Amino acid sequence: MTILASAPSAIRQYRHLTLVLALAAIVTVSLVRVFTDQSRMTTPGTLRLALIAACPILLAGLGGLWAERAGIVNIGLEGQMLLGTWGAAFFAYHFGAWVGVLGALLMGALGGLLHAVATITFGVDHIISGVAINIAGLGAVGYLAQTFFTDLDGGGPRNLSGYAVPTEVTIPGISDGARWVSEQRWFLISDVAAAVAGVTTRLSLLTILAVALVAVTAWVLWRTPFGLRLRSCGENPQAAETLGVNVYRYKYIAVLISGAFAGLGGAYLAMVASSSFTTGQTNGRGYIGLASMIFGNWNPTGVLASSLMFGYADGVSLLSDNGPLVHALLLLLSLILLGYAALKYVGGERVTGLVVALIAVALLVWYLAVDSVPSDFTGMTPYVLTLFVLAVASQRLRMPAASGKSYRRGQAG
Amino acid sequence: MSGQRNGQVGRRITQAVTYSILPTVVAIVAALVATSIVVWATGAPIGGFVDTMLSVPSHRDTIIIVNQASMIALSAFAAAICFRMGLFNIGVEGQYIVGACAGAFFAGAGIVPGPLNILATLVVAMFAGVVWAMIAAILNVTRGVSEVISAIMLNYVALTLAGYLVKNYGERSGYTFTTPKIAPSSQPLGFGLFADAPDIWALAILAVIVGIGYAFLLGWTRFGFDLRTTGESRTAALANGIDPRRMVLVVMAISGAIAGLVWMPSFFGSTHTFGIPEYFQRGLGFTGLAVALLGRNTSLGIGFGSLLFAFLATQSNRLQSVGVARDVVEITQGVVVLMVVIAFEIARRIKVRREQERVARELEPATTGAPA
Repeated sequence: MTILASAPSAIRQYRHLTLVLALAAIVTVSLVRVFTDQSRMTTPGTLRLALIAACPILLAGLGGLWAERAGIVNIGLEGQMLLGTWGAAFFAYHFGAWVGVLGALLMGALGGLLHAVATITFGVDHIISGVAINIAGLGAVGYLAQTFFTDLDGGGPRNLSGYAVPTEVTIPGISDGARWVSEQRWFLISDVAAAVAGVTTRLSLLTILAVALVAVTAWVLWRTPFGLRLRSCGENPQAAETLGVNVYRYKYIAVLISGAFAGLGGAYLAMVASSSFTTGQTNGRGYIGLASMIFGNWNPTGVLASSLMFGYADGVSLLSDNGPLVHALLLLLSLILLGYAALKYVGGERVTGLVVALIAVALLVWYLAVDSVPSDFTGMTPYVLTLFVLAVASQRLRMPAASGKSYRRGQAG
Repeated sequence: MSGQRNGQVGRRITQAVTYSILPTVVAIVAALVATSIVVWATGAPIGGFVDTMLSVPSHRDTIIIVNQASMIALSAFAAAICFRMGLFNIGVEGQYIVGACAGAFFAGAGIVPGPLNILATLVVAMFAGVVWAMIAAILNVTRGVSEVISAIMLNYVALTLAGYLVKNYGERSGYTFTTPKIAPSSQPLGFGLFADAPDIWALAILAVIVGIGYAFLLGWTRFGFDLRTTGESRTAALANGIDPRRMVLVVMAISGAIAGLVWMPSFFGSTHTFGIPEYFQRGLGFTGLAVALLGRNTSLGIGFGSLLFAFLATQSNRLQSVGVARDVVEITQGVVVLMVVIAFEIARRIKVRREQERVARELEPATTGAPA
C-alpha cells in the first residue's frame, strides 16, 4: 500500500526536479552567452540548424528504441538509414515529395526485414547481422545510385538533385515577433525567443512529423495493450509466451517499424537537411542515433532530449568560423559538469562527483588557456560526450532486460 | 579394431565436411546468386558481371589481391581473438587508424636510422593500437560500458583526431596534408613474384606470422585455453580461477596490438606517408570483422576468407568497363556474412536433430524391451 501511495508523489517530485534542472540549464546557457558575448550561441539561425541536425538522429534513435524494446539490438540502423536516403531520392524524383517519404519508409523497412529474418527466425547474433546490413546497405546504395541516377537530369553516379521535398511552413506573427525579441539580446528572454523563432521559421512538415513520432511512440508503447505486449517481448519473452503473446510476430513488427523509422531519418537527410542525395550521406548518424537512445535511457523523451543535444553539436560544427563559439561552449560544458558533480557529491556518490569535478576543472583550464578551439573538435563532441556519459552514468541506465538475447519459441517449456 | 577406428575417422571427416565446409560453400554460392539477382533485376548486363567476376586475374591484379588480403587478414585476426572470448571489437577500425597515424609520424621523423626504423615503427603502431583499445576495455571492465557502443564512438574520435593531427603537425602536399615521407633507407624491398608486375609488399608477411601465432596461442597454450573457456562461459571461467576482467583487458590489448599493424604493409610497401583520405585506406576494420566471421575465427578460415574478399574487391575494379557499378561486391560481402552465420545455424539445428534421432533410435529396443 505504501508503495502504491508513494509512487505518484515520487513521480511528481521527479518531474519537479526535471523542471528545475531544465530551468537551471536555460539560465546557465543565457549567462554564458552574455558573459562570453557569443550571441551566435542562441540565434534563431543556430537553433534552427540544430533542430534540423537533430531530427535524423532522433528518428534513428526512436527506430533503435522500437527494436530494443522488443529485445532486438539494431546496429543496422546506419544501413537502413542509407537505404532511406536512396528511397527518398528515387521515389521523390519520379513521383513527388510524399511518395519519396513513403519510399524511404519502405526501403528502411526492407533493411529491417532482413535484420528481422536473420535475428528472429535464424537466431543470428544481433550485432553480426547489423554489421552485415551496414556493409550490404552501403554497397546497395552505391550500386543503386550508379545504376538509376547516372543518366537522370540533375543526377550522377553518386548524387541526385532536383526532386520535390516536403513543404516548409512559417508561422507568420510568431516567427517575426520572436525574431525581433531575440535580436534585443535580453538576458534569458531573448534566448527563449530565439528558440521560438527557430521552430516557427521555415519549419519542414517532416520536422513536425519527426517530433510527433516521439509522442506517438510514447503513447503506443506505454499506453496501449499492443505496446505492453511488445515491451514484454523485450523484458521477458518466455513469460510473454506463456501468456499467449506471439513473440515472433511482435518482434517482427518492432524491427520493421525500427527500419522504417531509420529510413525516415534517411529521407530527412536527403530532403530537409540537404535537398539533394549523395551516397554515404548518413555519415555515422545511425550510430549516433543508437547513442542517443542509450543516452536517453531507452525512453522517447530521453531520446528527444539527447538527440537535440547531439543535433546542437552537429549544427554548431556546420557554422562557419565557429572556433570562438566552441570555445564559449567549453565554458558552458564545464559549468554544467560542475553542477552535475555537485549533485552527485551531495547525493552520496563522492568518488563520481570528484572525478566529474576534476574533468570540469580541466575543461575550465582549457577554456582559460586558449582563445579558440579547432573546429575538428566540434565534430568529435557527440562521440566524446556519449563516451563520457556512458562512463559516468552507465549504472543508472537500464536497457530492456532481454535486449540482444536470442529467443526461440518453446523455450518457456 | 582398426576397421572401427577407420570408421570413426571417416565419420569425423564426413562431419567436418557436412557441418563446416558445406555451410561455407553454400553461403558463398548463395551470396553470389543473391548478388547476381540484384544485377539482373536492375537491368544491368548479368553476363558481363559473371564473366568479369569469374575471370582469372592478371599478374598485376594477383599481386594486389595478395597485398590487400594481408591487411584484411591482420584486421580479421584482431577481431577474431576478441570473438573467441565473446567480445565484439568493432573498434578495430579506430585502432588501426590510430596505429597508422602514430606509426607514420614516428617513421617519418626518422628517429631510428635505416631498417631498424621499420621494427621500431611497428612497435609504436602496435602500442598506439593498444592504447586505443584500452579505452574501450577499461570502460568495459570498470564501468560496465558495452564495448560495441564505446568502440563505435572511438572509431569516429580516432578518425577526427588523426585528421586534426595530420593537418596541424604534418606537411602540406598539394591540396591535402600528410605525415613526412619515410627515408628510402627505411623502405623494405618486396617479394618479386612476376617480372611484369610490382612486388608483393614486404610486410604482407606480417599476416602469415600473426596467423601462425594466433593458431599457436589459441590451440596450444594455457592462455588460449583460458581465453576460449572465458568465451564459452564467464561463470565457468571464474569458477576455474580465471579472472574474466583481467582476460578482457589482456585480450583487448592483444587485439589492439594486431590492429595497430593492419595498415603497416601498405605504409611500408607503397604509400610511405599517411594522410586521410588520399594516403590511407579506410574500412579495413569492418572488412576484417566480416572475414573473421566468414573464417569461423580460425587461421586457415581467415586466410581463405581474406583472399576471397580481396579477390572480390579487386575483380570489381573491372566491372565498370562492362557497365556494372562496382559497389555491387559490397552487397556480396555483406550478404555472405549473413549467409554464413545463417548456414551454420541451420547446420547446427540439423546436427542436433539428427543426434536426437540417433539417440532415440539406439534407445528404442531398450525402452520397448523393459518391463512396464
